[in-house]
Amino acid sequence: MKRREFLTVPAKSLGGLLVYSLAGEVIRLQAQEGVVHVPLRFFTEPEARTVQAACARIFPSDESGPGATEANVIVYIDHQLAGPWGSDKYRYTKGPWVESFPEHGYQGRESPQELYRAGIPKLGEDFVSLPPERQDERLRAIERTTFFRLLRTHTIEGMFSDPLHGGNAGLIGWQLVGFPGPQMNYRDEIEKYHGLPYEGKPKSLEQVLGRKVQGWEDEKG
Amino acid sequence: MEGDKPSGVFPRNVRYSFLYMKRLKPVDVVIVGGGFTGLLMAKEITSRTSHSVVILERGPARKNGQYSAGMDELDYAVRLKMMQNLANETLTHRHSSKASAVPVRQYGSFQPGTGTGGAAEHWGGLSYRFGPEIFRLGSELRERHPGSKITENVTAQDWGVTYDELEANYWRSEQMMGVSGKAGNLRGEKIKGGNIFEGPRQQEYPLPPHKTSYVTSLFQATALDAGYHPYPLPAATLSQSYKNPDGVSRAGCAYCGFCTRFGCMIGAKAQPTNLLLPLVEHKKNFTLRAGCQVRRVLHRDGMAEGVSYTDVSGEEFEQPARIVILSSWTLNNSRLLLLSKLGEPYDPNTGKGTLGKNLTHQVSANIRFFLDKHLNNFMGAGGLGFGIDDFDGHNAFDPERGLLRGGTMRVQSSGEGPLQGFGRIPPEETKAQWGSEWKKASLRWHDKSAQIAFEGGHFPYRQNYMDLDPTYTDAFGDPLIRLTLDWTDHEKAQANMAIRVSSELARRMGAKVGEERNLGTRYSVTFYQSTHVQGGTIMGASPDQSVVNPWLQHWKVPNLWITGGSTFPQSASGNPTLTILATTYRAADALIDRYLKHPGALA
Repeated sequence: MKRREFLTVPAKSLGGLLVYSLAGEVIRLQAQEGVVHVPLRFFTEPEARTVQAACARIFPSDESGPGATEANVIVYIDHQLAGPWGSDKYRYTKGPWVESFPEHGYQGRESPQELYRAGIPKLGEDFVSLPPERQDERLRAIERTTFFRLLRTHTIEGMFSDPLHGGNAGLIGWQLVGFPGPQMNYRDEIEKYHGLPYEGKPKSLEQVLGRKVQGWEDEKG
Repeated sequence: MEGDKPSGVFPRNVRYSFLYMKRLKPVDVVIVGGGFTGLLMAKEITSRTSHSVVILERGPARKNGQYSAGMDELDYAVRLKMMQNLANETLTHRHSSKASAVPVRQYGSFQPGTGTGGAAEHWGGLSYRFGPEIFRLGSELRERHPGSKITENVTAQDWGVTYDELEANYWRSEQMMGVSGKAGNLRGEKIKGGNIFEGPRQQEYPLPPHKTSYVTSLFQATALDAGYHPYPLPAATLSQSYKNPDGVSRAGCAYCGFCTRFGCMIGAKAQPTNLLLPLVEHKKNFTLRAGCQVRRVLHRDGMAEGVSYTDVSGEEFEQPARIVILSSWTLNNSRLLLLSKLGEPYDPNTGKGTLGKNLTHQVSANIRFFLDKHLNNFMGAGGLGFGIDDFDGHNAFDPERGLLRGGTMRVQSSGEGPLQGFGRIPPEETKAQWGSEWKKASLRWHDKSAQIAFEGGHFPYRQNYMDLDPTYTDAFGDPLIRLTLDWTDHEKAQANMAIRVSSELARRMGAKVGEERNLGTRYSVTFYQSTHVQGGTIMGASPDQSVVNPWLQHWKVPNLWITGGSTFPQSASGNPTLTILATTYRAADALIDRYLKHPGALA
């Protein structure tokens, strides 16, 4: 049996930190101390640390606000890859496999899981310990690969998808862009906020419904 | 013994079609597909007759009102949870009959749904009528453009039913769904504020238009100022609470923005599960079996005898029936007939054969524009917006640019979350696609852009058609449907016109014009265009040129009926659902009032 792998993350990234920047300013609230061990579903710990570092360069934590590290993007990606989507349960995977026009989309044999397994080593074993500029060089070197495009898309998804999928911790992503999450009713608001920023605070789907919601990646079958 | 399989003798994965198939009790009517038209046929037949109806739906069973846990952009708008699982079955595509096709491995240019309600659960609700000339486009093109080089390979043809003949059924469909809008042509009188280019309507819309968002009202004002005729989009997402003639009550839209690609949380969007399923599910003469994939239409001596299908456990059944109705999504109606060897496959070299011909999509092009204001794109409804038809149909005629017919342009607030919306930046801001600079620009411009979208009617051409793929198969080993489809210069001229007109409008709005999405050099399956693929089992006035007659009855097999966009000889600029419903109502009347009384060919 595979040894259970964990990723160690600062506790503050799991909801203790609140950053609200609707008006463009970043407010840091009190952070929790300590660390939390997040069990990994797909990655090994070294893989997770490499991917986490890469995501932090794609969507950095900087003067314009928090980024992929605070949002726990790595947890999102780990869950997606471990789920049915990660092993291509929704993609047509019968052969023959042939190359075609770009207009025919990705025709590769590799699943998202396989693309990550093969792509991560290209960043180098020392990726995590490199200074940011060197990390950016390595990322630029693979910028045109399917793996990088996937990684970039996943970083955005991990920032802004509902926290039920493991990312967007503390609704950090939604606060950054002023997205209120799933709200049931804008009958009055739609004409009131004509060209003005909406002031509603974000809520996750579970907060709106008051019950647990399962992501597709957690469904059996 | 009937239905027994020699288990343990043969490996499970080998299919012994027909040999060990369990034969079920015969029914009067079997319907393939539990989407909008399948359920509409079932509702009409079971409420007006005592005939027994069985619907076979290959996707999961759904009930009314199951969607509140579905307000999740990732699973529904990105991973497309309501769509058919392509791992089991997809289609193949090639640009010409000289090439070999490749499978569409992940979702792209259109998104067929699955499960009870079909694609009409996740649709956006736009409910256009087709213009009167669409129903006689073959004649229209011959009359207006005799000898035109552009129409040399165009196989447009008349439907065998006119707009006027369909008008009452358009109205019936609008009433069923509670379409919200404003008439622009009431019995021939042009009305300001509505779409003055539409065909004459006998009644005002059942409900007034939706509320407006900032960006849609800005588009309306700008288009008016430019001398065009903007109209509120006709929408089946109710602008207020509504009770339809069947007695079904629904709440008005709350503009939650989880609309297209989602099921409606409050049932404001017209969906088969809220409009039709509640009317039939308790009836003794109605059965819906979900998870049942129909694989063949059984037939002998010019009559359909039923269908064969495989259920979720892999068991195979034969369902005998006196009448077979194909109501699955466009491509699958053609595929089922091809697999069943029912009808003559179309041959693009000789022009002979009718099955698979006149495959059309729609011509989509759009531009993105940036305003330095918060647009709150996350609010909205699939049908909220304004359109202009000043460049639709013959209005767009521009022989110097090789353009015969155009299309419709619109700005919508259909609801967009940050997964789809993040990272939209005016092109001059930065070239970066990731990193600090990209992030900063993306945050600065987030939720400050929208698009002017164009949808144009797509001519049918001799060279665009569908047949069975010789190489790729589905999970059962049956051949996939193969699309041979590419753009011609006419579609490119349509798209170029749209980009030119909409860029001018965007600048007039005071916006920065961003990314243009034109057709490109070839048809692409990599980005979403519309789910309005049409043709393959087309209707028409003669059996040499069409698969079904104008009542949607198969020309050669009188107890076989086909509904849906697959019966349209060509696409229009407008979204097809309303016309799909109107033609289905007409077919239901013909089937019930004429065929059941005197079985036989109606035409």
